[in-house]
Amino acid sequence: MGMTMTQKILARAAGVDSCKAGDLLMCRLNLVLGNDITAPVAINEFERMGATIVFDPARIALIPDHFVPNKDIKSATMAKQMRDFARAQKIVHYYEVGRVGIEHALLPEKGIVAPGEVIIGADSHTCTYGAVGAFSTGVGSTDMAVGMATGECWFKVPEAIRVVLKGKMKPYVSGKDVILHLIGQIGVDGALYQSLEFCGEGVASISMDGRLTIANMAIEAGAKNGIFPVDDVCRAYLKDRVTRPWEAFEPDADAVYAREVEIDLDQLELTVALPHLPENTRLARECTDMTIDQAVIGSCTNGRIEDMRMAARILKGHKVAENVRCIVIPGTQQVVKDCLAEGLVDIFIDAGAIFTMPTCGPCLGGFCGVLAEGERAVSTTNRNFVGRMGHKKSEIILASPAVAAASAIMGRIATPEEVMA
Amino acid sequence: MKVTSKVIKYGDHVDTDVIIPARYLNTADPAELATHCMEDLDTDFKAKAETAKIVVAGRNFGCGSSREHAPIAIKASGIRLVIADSFARIFYRNSIDIGLPIVECPAAAAAIRDGDEVEADLDKGIILDRTTGQQFEATPFPAFIEEIIACGGIEEFVRAKISGKKA
Ligand code: SF4
Repeated sequence: MGMTMTQKILARAAGVDSCKAGDLLMCRLNLVLGNDITAPVAINEFERMGATIVFDPARIALIPDHFVPNKDIKSATMAKQMRDFARAQKIVHYYEVGRVGIEHALLPEKGIVAPGEVIIGADSHTCTYGAVGAFSTGVGSTDMAVGMATGECWFKVPEAIRVVLKGKMKPYVSGKDVILHLIGQIGVDGALYQSLEFCGEGVASISMDGRLTIANMAIEAGAKNGIFPVDDVCRAYLKDRVTRPWEAFEPDADAVYAREVEIDLDQLELTVALPHLPENTRLARECTDMTIDQAVIGSCTNGRIEDMRMAARILKGHKVAENVRCIVIPGTQQVVKDCLAEGLVDIFIDAGAIFTMPTCGPCLGGFCGVLAEGERAVSTTNRNFVGRMGHKKSEIILASPAVAAASAIMGRIATPEEVMA
Repeated sequence: MKVTSKVIKYGDHVDTDVIIPARYLNTADPAELATHCMEDLDTDFKAKAETAKIVVAGRNFGCGSSREHAPIAIKASGIRLVIADSFARIFYRNSIDIGLPIVECPAAAAAIRDGDEVEADLDKGIILDRTTGQQFEATPFPAFIEEIIACGGIEEFVRAKISGKKA
């Protein structure tokens, strides 16, 4: 019986010739990831387990991004615990404030993740690295602790949904619209315990930044992972980033899929997800009566350079509506530098937006843009759950950078066409 | 293992942001986390959990963030069992790892009502709603999970492995 991409990767990591959905495998890990919220819990567990040294200091990434630069004394204490551990264990991929970025923007950018690798992270959006053909999935802190101690993790081999992408996206339509549309179609538990495997001729027209956005939100459909084939676009992206050898896996021709979903990119329109679930999707043009108080452009979903360019393209020569706070958050220091070099920062500031440092910040209601009772934000982040960005009576509408920027200008949900006339 | 208690019932897609909002994630202390458990979804949760030790919910319980703080907060609130139609996979894993018993049983999740008295025998996989007299069969744990539970959680499991190596 043929295997899916994910199944092939897991089989190799477990040292077996083949596997099928439902099998239990103990896999070797290429990377174990944690952040300033989840790693402290894992470090405590690591110590309680009696572990003293990590399995490989070069295969652990500890990324302070959620509440840093430290937002309060308690979060400073947690960040310090992770920093002390990283120093004591000589963790190679520990990046300090000033060099760090949002974990899922930083790791692909620095070539720390590669095709065919098996990666666990104590952060649900670890699934982002499927964009480069890796198997990566979110776990809890205990699994992270075990991973750091042993370099292994058990997995139940998932079945997969085959997502066939056809055609080519229209101007302003992006990866965010693809994934919101898909989640709207299959629901927030539509891929529970399954992989989402993207394929089809439409893949070629989607940039790496777009693929990273799509894989990032696989978890929002309940998926264990989301994965793309490694094509020329991907190879070009990896060329100067990954120097170690890697192996790409293609699904077998007779691979068995749980089901198939087709998305016609030609027909795809700008999509938003209304409060309070990512599956609550509508076309952006149907929601133009919804006013907003804040627009957030950034996060591990949409904080890459292409997202910044798109936002700047829309905001250029316009002003953010008087009653709107527009907060632009680049994903990494490299994205900050690129924004400066390309003159995007001037565009943001002239439009009346704030351009901040790379952090998760408001995405999880941490700081730097928390919502008050009754406020509504349009946001390029990935979750619009109750209270996610602040008060439990605040609302989040998920959208692409293009829609978020247009909405910031109009003070309500808007499409780029409305401002780019 | 047997749990007999009154039930607190919730709907579908209860996410980890409402189980424990991120604004409280600047601590990893279970007792402190428990004081904010479910507060954005149900302000009476703490009071209810004084007497009710079983949570019953709909589809996709625990979806969203991977924060292990979520099952930790539920466990530290005194909840001894969560029955749901289905669980989000990271939450499922985390619960097993930290020793919060969770059972997938769509029939029970649909039929059991808020406030019902429920008796669950996890070894036999039988859930009895004493209030209505209805009985349900739960999906038994896969073998590997039984193994982890037999070791007293994954932490114990790994500690045994590590000390074995050293000896
Ligand atoms: S940006 Fe948001 S979703 Fe991404 S890692 Fe940070 S908190 Fe999580």
